[in-house]
Amino acid sequence: MIALLSSVTGRRTSAAFAALVLLGLSLAFAASVGETSIPLKTVIDTIANHVWGAGHAVDPIDEGIIWNYRLSRAVVAASCGAALALSGAVLQALLRNALADPYLLGISAGASTGAVSVAILGVGAGIFGMSVGAFIGSVVAFAFVSLLALQAGRGTGAIILAGIAGAQLFNALTSFIVTKSASAEEARGIMFWLLGNLSGVRWPDASLALPVTIVGLLVCLWHARALDAFTFGRDSAASLGVPVRRVYVILIGISALMTAVMVSIVGSIGFVGLVIPHAARFFVGNRHGLLLPLSALIGALFLVGADVISRVIVPGQVLPIGVITALVGAPAFALILCHGRVLR
Amino acid sequence: MTLELRNVAWSVGFRKIVRDVSLRVEPGEFLGVIGPNGSGKTSMMSVLAGIRAPSDGVALLDDQPMGKVGRRNLARRIGFVEQQADTIDRITVREAVSLGRTPYLSLLSPWSGMDDEIVANALESVAMGGMADRIWHTLSGGEKQRVHIARALAQQPDYLLLDEPTNHLDIRHQLGLLELVHDLPVTVVAALHDLNHAALFCDRIAMMDGGRLIAIGTPADILTSKNLRDVFGVEADIETASDGRYHIRYRVGGAMDMDAETKKGRVA
Repeated sequence: MIALLSSVTGRRTSAAFAALVLLGLSLAFAASVGETSIPLKTVIDTIANHVWGAGHAVDPIDEGIIWNYRLSRAVVAASCGAALALSGAVLQALLRNALADPYLLGISAGASTGAVSVAILGVGAGIFGMSVGAFIGSVVAFAFVSLLALQAGRGTGAIILAGIAGAQLFNALTSFIVTKSASAEEARGIMFWLLGNLSGVRWPDASLALPVTIVGLLVCLWHARALDAFTFGRDSAASLGVPVRRVYVILIGISALMTAVMVSIVGSIGFVGLVIPHAARFFVGNRHGLLLPLSALIGALFLVGADVISRVIVPGQVLPIGVITALVGAPAFALILCHGRVLR
Repeated sequence: MTLELRNVAWSVGFRKIVRDVSLRVEPGEFLGVIGPNGSGKTSMMSVLAGIRAPSDGVALLDDQPMGKVGRRNLARRIGFVEQQADTIDRITVREAVSLGRTPYLSLLSPWSGMDDEIVANALESVAMGGMADRIWHTLSGGEKQRVHIARALAQQPDYLLLDEPTNHLDIRHQLGLLELVHDLPVTVVAALHDLNHAALFCDRIAMMDGGRLIAIGTPADILTSKNLRDVFGVEADIETASDGRYHIRYRVGGAMDMDAETKKGRVA
């Protein structure tokens, strides 16, 4: 029995190790690809130099591009993909709705309103940037949606409807501000931001995104069994000994926090939170102990890949990453839907 | 080992669904709960299961208020099967039953071979052992209900609470399911729709109407022509078969039913 236990633990450890290696390779790959292609060896030397001061001889320009631009960007992309996919998986389980995604809670709509308020209306008088504005906006929108849901009733349908109402309201506010006050140049910039944009991210962003994602992953994993218990709805979860209200507050709260942080750094990147959990379910089924980490991994890889594509697909131009995720995500989703039905 | 409600009320907003219900479940018995639609059976059952906190009065397990017992401990003592619980997830029968082990698992006591054994036994006791790898949504209504009961059994409860377990089943599966539950070594509380089933399987019957517990006692005490007329608004004869069981024969005949209905309406 101890042998069995250790073999299960062993398999888990090696799977986690393989996942980390895969993730590391994808980050290194993302750092080597770009307008100027840099060999993988240089990338690894640069990382070694910065992480444990290995002292390899690397061209300082290459080193600057890799460390300051591409790697920080790849780390943010990975964190963001993981966080959005996790939030999606958690919300789909809690709300018992296959179409739930992190933006359902009105968070991205609120973030947009916050961002344009800062960028165009000049709210905050230059004390804080667009990211802080976006974060405040997303928190306000989430509070609005939660209050509305509580007023409307306790059912899972209530929060979905409240989310739709909140998203519509805040999107309308955003459009109102943009059309009323923005110049053509500003409007284009905002449009770019709204579709998701990793161009400006540096290490300070990564040092916020990464810890939030790791904490979020741990909190969600801690509740994996509780999420399983929601399979037959919340009453069933309650009868299985799950403190339903507490789990709701903690997990919806952490999903909202992760999403708000990510949206405030990179704008709203669609489709990741919705599609990735379904893709992960396709491989490992519905046990959240496996589903959550795999969703996070696939989300991270997907967004790192999407970012690389967005940088290289049109020479000399960077596309909004949201365009890529939707262009890849929508057909992938269609494929999953059809394939899934055949399996059934 | 006791499960008890004392002066329990439960309301949605200002609407009282359950009023002043007191009852005590005796160890080992099969207690049936009957009553017309909207009489508060389901709500009373969910208070008894500890899923809803009473808005007034107290629900007790072993003379301790359920709020103090704690969710996990409650789930180890009381298994609850809802009226209709379905899922869109692709899960196997074994996975569905494994959920019953949730209240026993934690980081310090992860899934073990013992849990596998308990799940297998639970499946055997509802005669679903051979279907462990079937996907949930390929099951028939009766099979799904049996899997739910197996999940509740995997909780190793002292009390099994069933809310209209035979809904939507054909007659053979209705009887089969109740017989199965009747023979399980647990105390059973079941909300039942069919009064003949209540007569066949219950040791005691609790009768609800308008959120109140009207009467509780043996089938002979409860299933009387007068009660059926007053509470359900139907005319019926109660017959005693040669084996001592009761059988309810409904009398259908236009005017009589209407009278009972209007009389009942006036009283309410």
